[in-house]
Amino acid sequence: MDLFEYQARDVFERHGVPVLRGVVATTPQEARDAAEQLGGGVVVVKAQVKTGGRGKAGGVKVAKGPEEAQAHAEAILGMDIKGHTVHRVMVAEGASIAEEYYFSILLDRSERRYLAMASVEGGVEIEQLAVERPEALARVAVDPRTGVDRAKAEEIADAAGFGADVREQAVEAFQKLWTVYREEDATLVEVNPLVRTESGDVIALDGKVTLDENAAFRHEDHAQLEDAEAADPLEAKAKAKGLNYVKLDGEVGIIGNGAGLVMSTLDVVAYAGEAHGVKPANFLDIGGGASAQVMADGLDVILGDDQVRSVFVNVFGGITSCDAVANGIVSALQMLGDSATKPLVVRLDGNNVVEGRRILDEAAHPLVTLVDTMDGAAAKAAELAAAK
Amino acid sequence: MAIFLDDSSKVIVQGMTGSEGTKHTTRMLASGTQVVGGVNPRKAGTSQDFSFTTVDGEQSSASVPVFGSVAEAMAETGANTSVLFVPPAFTRAAVVEAVDAGIPLAIVITEGVPVKDTAEFYAYAAEKGTTRLVGPNCPGVISPGKANAGIIPADITGPGRIGLVSKSGTLTYQMMYELRDLGFSTAVGIGGDPVVGTTHIDALAAFEADPETDAVVMIGEIGGDAEERAAAYIAEHVTKPVVGYVAGFTAPEGKTMGHAGAIVSGSAGTAQAKKEALEAAGVKVGKTPSETARLLREVLPG
Repeated sequence: MDLFEYQARDVFERHGVPVLRGVVATTPQEARDAAEQLGGGVVVVKAQVKTGGRGKAGGVKVAKGPEEAQAHAEAILGMDIKGHTVHRVMVAEGASIAEEYYFSILLDRSERRYLAMASVEGGVEIEQLAVERPEALARVAVDPRTGVDRAKAEEIADAAGFGADVREQAVEAFQKLWTVYREEDATLVEVNPLVRTESGDVIALDGKVTLDENAAFRHEDHAQLEDAEAADPLEAKAKAKGLNYVKLDGEVGIIGNGAGLVMSTLDVVAYAGEAHGVKPANFLDIGGGASAQVMADGLDVILGDDQVRSVFVNVFGGITSCDAVANGIVSALQMLGDSATKPLVVRLDGNNVVEGRRILDEAAHPLVTLVDTMDGAAAKAAELAAAK
Repeated sequence: MAIFLDDSSKVIVQGMTGSEGTKHTTRMLASGTQVVGGVNPRKAGTSQDFSFTTVDGEQSSASVPVFGSVAEAMAETGANTSVLFVPPAFTRAAVVEAVDAGIPLAIVITEGVPVKDTAEFYAYAAEKGTTRLVGPNCPGVISPGKANAGIIPADITGPGRIGLVSKSGTLTYQMMYELRDLGFSTAVGIGGDPVVGTTHIDALAAFEADPETDAVVMIGEIGGDAEERAAAYIAEHVTKPVVGYVAGFTAPEGKTMGHAGAIVSGSAGTAQAKKEALEAAGVKVGKTPSETARLLREVLPG
């Protein structure tokens, strides 16, 4: 889960990372009040969106006082930045910046440890810096067991070439940011820019934090950080039912068991759909136990997608038994009754497949077509989606 | 021979007395695996009874002793493999215990382990150097006809000379099913998390060295660069034929597709990049699982 900048700022503050005061606002009036609250002087009004390039898009503006803050908020709220609508701004204290740096710590999947990156040339697109001047971006491996202790923080600061005047403050900040990474179960903590102000303080002026959703069980407070209003309504509905669903833009609804098989099903449907001009509508993994309830919940979510014109149920019975899946489909269709209106193509293989197919044959539901192979079933589902 | 697991493997189950542990221990016993113990400090000294139908269709039963620790279970039974069905909150401690006991193979089935915990116990195991970790979030390892450590169904296919390594459980089952007439030396489910103990490369190296494996199917999916690294490894070190499959061509950027590790970040981790890397290394990559199975038949020696 990615955090908004204002949420990252709060988390930073809680762990002692030096930040400026900032207040979130959802209306221009609130932005004005926030600027008053911050003393009535110079503030920065910053669009809160989970994407980069806000500055270039006009989503970050300096205001001389509350009135201008209100005007800027008026312009920024509702703005579209790379497909993200701005629902909030953060009104932050102004700072006179002397230098801009970069720092991040992230999971290095390839090396199965963490990677700290730092540069004294911050404030620019870091991907661009990494390509154009890789020597300006220090990369330091971090052992997950020892983390960024003082020695490691010094190693990072020196590798990046932090000057003697800011080294100590940078080293302190790196250790605090590591605390954020460790204590919050983050997979990314990035500060761009980390700045030195004219008065000599090192401050995190922006923040990007990604949290590990697998660690939610030990962070009850993380649930409230979720951006519920941005979620697709079907995704929200699926999540409420405990389903692993991702909405896509297409016509063939997909239900399968196992993340790999479902991804594969999407691909196979996409190939089959090329001839018919249709695409997969979603990812939905019902996991190991395909009970009637889970199947009904899954179908309910998919049939709630107006774009869907056919549904492909693709199950390989490994641990799951195909007769249970078949019974699940039959009862799910009963539970849904008249609200099930779109054709279902079902492919079952594996554990107890003969019995599973027999159950579906016997039920002879008018919406259900049983196809023997995954490729054949994908072609049938694509054809049905195109025909309706 | 097979890799990682064979008929001399003696398996213990950490979390055997839980519902998943009990269910899959029954299945492992039914497939003929020597399950010699379970670990649960609160139930140490007791034993758990299992009844099951063997591969020959006979009713059978077993009484499996429960030990207080992995070390004790190893000392008493000579176990060399542990399968973990421990809940995510306790997985790190359970793996560390297994590593401390020096068990040669620890297979972590558990899904939902925080990646910080995995990074820590992987680093710990790597430093000790005595335990091979498989997983987490994986279906385990099966050497058909010899032993089954995990949740892969043993009745899909029997022993043969194909090796399989995969990030995905159901795609493992699907591929074993497609090639069920040929059979497998070993199938290794390495898991779909961002950090896993055994990689495609580890399995490829072991299959290359295994005289009972003639060809390898490698299944990948979006996220990370394990497939690209495996491609580079194959080009340098693997002489046996390898065919590949990659899932997730239609996955959108920035969305986690079921597995914690299955995510395209920016332009990194795409299925297309993985396919291209594998093809550049001479690995034929199927567009679908069934096409991949066909390609394997084509490259099979003899």
